[in-house]
Amino acid sequence: MSLPDEHLRYPLRRHGMDHDRYDWTMQPDRPKVAWPNGARIALMVVPALEFFPLNQPAQPFKAPGGMTTAYPDLRHYTLRDYGNRVGVFRVFKALDDLAIEATVAVNSKIAERYPFLIGEIVRRDWEILAYGVDMGRLHYGGLDIADEAAQVREALSVLRTASGQKVTGWLSPAWSESMNTLDLVAAEGIGYVCDWINDDMPFPLRTASGEIVSLPLSNEIDDQTIMHRYQHSEQAFLEQVCDQFDVLYREATPEDGRLMTLVIHPWMSGQPHRIKFLEDALAHVMGHDGVWSATGAEIAAAYKS
Amino acid sequence: MDEAQERAIIEDAFETVEKHTGQRIAGWLAPALTHTERTMDLLAEYGVKYTCDLFCDDQPQPVKVKQGRFISIPYSLEMNDIIVYNVQNQPPRRYEEMLKNNFDRLYQEGAESGVVMCIPLHAYAVGTPHRIDAFAKALEYITSHDDVWVTTGREIADHFYEHHYDEFAAAIAAHQQGS
Repeated sequence: MSLPDEHLRYPLRRHGMDHDRYDWTMQPDRPKVAWPNGARIALMVVPALEFFPLNQPAQPFKAPGGMTTAYPDLRHYTLRDYGNRVGVFRVFKALDDLAIEATVAVNSKIAERYPFLIGEIVRRDWEILAYGVDMGRLHYGGLDIADEAAQVREALSVLRTASGQKVTGWLSPAWSESMNTLDLVAAEGIGYVCDWINDDMPFPLRTASGEIVSLPLSNEIDDQTIMHRYQHSEQAFLEQVCDQFDVLYREATPEDGRLMTLVIHPWMSGQPHRIKFLEDALAHVMGHDGVWSATGAEIAAAYKS
Repeated sequence: MDEAQERAIIEDAFETVEKHTGQRIAGWLAPALTHTERTMDLLAEYGVKYTCDLFCDDQPQPVKVKQGRFISIPYSLEMNDIIVYNVQNQPPRRYEEMLKNNFDRLYQEGAESGVVMCIPLHAYAVGTPHRIDAFAKALEYITSHDDVWVTTGREIADHFYEHHYDEFAAAIAAHQQGS
């Protein structure tokens, strides 16, 4: 049996991308972005507050960090819960101590099940970044568009009501989108999205409701990626965060700034034996001049202006 | 697994341990950390004082069961030798560092409110010749500090029930009512 002819056809073979969300550009060719007050680095720190349901669906896959053993998997459920009831306070204190202004990615189920945490975010004047409903309700190709629209509306309405904030940023659980996600979130007032990790700088994304901003939220330097997926040591995590910063800082000038993003999972970095390494990494970053600690909405606004 | 089967396993575990050691079991750790929805209720009914299967805190906490009182005492997967050696694939000296780092932060925070550090061990892992000295160094480090209570689950449970259970239960109830 020979290979079907269809296998050899590739209609999108062309200059550019496999989609029309943005144009093909190279970073050195683009207009330079100068951050406020001559900063070289815009720093976006994103603690991720996640709710993993005990009966986590695998539609179309289980989000990393999810349930593993037969129901009820109290082992992973309670390890993740540790982040939301113990680790989160270690992480928030680390950020407070360095006056870092956080953008907190929040599943809307967190607002329903851990409302205390919303108060902790709002009273610090930190920004809530919509992070879907929970880690079991992913956005993916094959999800009916009406169901996905309802999922988007549920996440946003719960988070907006609970926080009183406008909530203009979006991160999809597990960074997973369908081809409709950008249009659906933009229609609900989202101005920036963090799922597209193809750059070190913000860039415009096309949606059916007009242009929005992509703020690439690096998955490579994420604590879960480094210490959970790659199983590198806490010391290696610290070194990699410092190296990431040092390279971006070296490349940046006040006229040509760079964006550094850092996702932190309190169930990972908030463990007693890990928190010191996060503290040391953040202290290294904040020990430099020209670092602008800002929220996603502030960075998106500065990029657009 | 049906209820009769689960009861049979629990009863067998109790009877066997009591027959050979004279000890009445006070705590429960489920094989492979697996459960049914009724496990906690059954354990409390059989007079078990605490479970080690909930990993969500550094302090003991009340656990709701159908009858009586029941608590969780923190176990740790993060400090578990099997997880460190066979899942995270770490070398012995790194395990020593992780234990010390875990202890350091808990010790610092313990000045404010007491916490539990639990080190789950498997003789076939940590007990091998190339691993045991690094582990012993971590234990020497931990026990060289003042105000470290080296104790057992049963003693922690008894202490918690006697001195803190009511206070914790009241605080949780008050929080549930939004006060």
